Amino acid sequence: MSNVVSDTGADRKDIYLPEAATVVNVQPMTAMESFFAFKLDSGRELGHMPGQFVEVSVPGIGEAPISVSSSPTLKGLFQMCIRRMGNVTNHLHKMKPGDRVGIRGPFGTHFPVDTVMKGKDILFIAGGIGLVPLRSAINYVLDNRKDYGEVSILFGCKSPAERLFTRELAEWSAREDVTFDETVDVGDESWKGKTGVITSLMKKPVFDPKSTVQVGEELSKELMPALEIKEPGNTIALVCGPPVMYKFVILELKELGVPIENIYVSLERRMKCGVGKCGHCQINQYYVCQDGPVFKFADVIDVREAI
Amino acid sequence: MNVKKLDRAALDSWVDSLIARQKVYGVQARGERFAFAPLARAEDLRLDYDVTILPPKKYFLPQTEDLVTFKRSGEYDSVLDDEPFVLLGVHPYDMVAVNQMDAIFSSDNYDVHYMTRRKNAAIVVCDVQNASPNVFAGCMGTATVKDGFDVLLTRIGDAWLVDARTEKGAGLLEGVSAPDAGEADLAAREKVWAENVEKLQRHKLNCAPSDIPDLLEKSYGHPVWEERAALCFSCGTCTNVCPTCYCFDVQDDVNWDVETGKRSRTWDSCQLKDFAIVAGDHNFRPNAADRFRHRYYRKGKYVADKIGQIACVGCGRCVTGCVAKIANPVEIYNRLMEDK
Repeated sequence: MSNVVSDTGADRKDIYLPEAATVVNVQPMTAMESFFAFKLDSGRELGHMPGQFVEVSVPGIGEAPISVSSSPTLKGLFQMCIRRMGNVTNHLHKMKPGDRVGIRGPFGTHFPVDTVMKGKDILFIAGGIGLVPLRSAINYVLDNRKDYGEVSILFGCKSPAERLFTRELAEWSAREDVTFDETVDVGDESWKGKTGVITSLMKKPVFDPKSTVQVGEELSKELMPALEIKEPGNTIALVCGPPVMYKFVILELKELGVPIENIYVSLERRMKCGVGKCGHCQINQYYVCQDGPVFKFADVIDVREAI
Repeated sequence: MNVKKLDRAALDSWVDSLIARQKVYGVQARGERFAFAPLARAEDLRLDYDVTILPPKKYFLPQTEDLVTFKRSGEYDSVLDDEPFVLLGVHPYDMVAVNQMDAIFSSDNYDVHYMTRRKNAAIVVCDVQNASPNVFAGCMGTATVKDGFDVLLTRIGDAWLVDARTEKGAGLLEGVSAPDAGEADLAAREKVWAENVEKLQRHKLNCAPSDIPDLLEKSYGHPVWEERAALCFSCGTCTNVCPTCYCFDVQDDVNWDVETGKRSRTWDSCQLKDFAIVAGDHNFRPNAADRFRHRYYRKGKYVADKIGQIACVGCGRCVTGCVAKIANPVEIYNRLMEDK
């Protein structure tokens, strides 16, 4: 510790200094979310991995941590799906192509797309806005499809109006080499898909032999989840959603036989500085901005306050 | 450089010569208490102080500091404060805290704002003469300090031993002509150090500081957190006065021209209710007891695991500052020891 002051870090870069970036494209997605594409003014690639986040600055308003939702396989720009919730995100929603923001990062850990996940069956489970960080990993996996085994994607959200990336959901659903299933908690008149919480996509329905009323052929097909875990031990599950979702999804994964060490989660905290200093995102010994946001579930299962 | 022995007049003229040369912050009286403040003349310096209201961290991590300036059009620039200064009269326990903060701000992600200030500082440590009412540095191994500073002052009777420990420290003493301290003086200084370990134990910790991480590991569900937090106002005084607390919030302000502005950071506190709130108003530590416990775990376990030392130096400021009188770490650790 005594050598700190003789350290010659005079020319070290400022970890709090944002880099200029420009809004390339904005598309409204739902009432709350818009989809943004940004480009760093320097022309360099962001250089992130799926699951990482950046701090986005709106000059004069502030800074907010936001997951990158494009895959690093997409070159030349990076995308973020942003929900308007606070000052920064509300101002972002007023921006137009050509407007400038500041970017710091990428920060944090990432889904192990290039290591542990290779050659394995991959199960993505996204609840609501949890699809945003997972989309980066999904697209990475689909862009390198041959490097992975079976790929399954489960998506659940509150209502049809809150579905994100609807064009891509349809594409994933249409793909032969992807098992896709989705549900909404509550449907509306136009909703033809499944209703129920996301774990209903993971459970085999229990048929009661005494009650034959519901076992019509069409009904049972509709009720049957698309998900089939052939080799639970060879399956890596990536889970991202609201805090309440984790414990139920993880119980189901256990039921399906997916080993706990094969489960990865992404946790949300208030990542103010992104560099492990400001203290806001601390969960026990972990700084979510440095040790997360992607954690092996086995590493946080016993960490109080984590989930 | 040998340890020098100065009388009070020589010490004062040395301090005045420092003030003539550069910015000097020293301990001064504030009513019946003491504070670090810009020093105008040696006679204002109170090296007999017991403890300062705020620790010297304010010179490295100010209550509010600008990090970057920006233009609304999207350009950002770093703001660095690189004025050299001398910090005069830091007590050993506070020096230990500065060393801990140095470890935090220089490792992992190098914080150039903190470190620029730190590297421009020359620190003169002064061994404690008078114990403050709530100090327990003697229990925490911080009654004396071995490194991190540039000059050590120790009062021996009416004389002062001045010990330059670094080149920067030797530079501060340039031009001071004083006799070298003798064997007897150095022996007397050893005695001051030994006595200070005993003297700085107004509260007695019933375990070694190194026992605390394990003790906390086993005490997460202990009733003491709820009991104490039931009286907590969540005011954040304990963290504001703490020499090892460094959490901060960041905010943008636009200047009057509405074109330019600055981003600054301000001390924050894990004891404040909104500290762990995320978008959508989900609060990860909504109860005072969660926050109260978090502070002790952070000091005694999380940061300790990271830097290898308990992040409590026994200054006693939180004990004095706490309005509800619930913040005494020694009472809490002793209670956990009893119920272990």
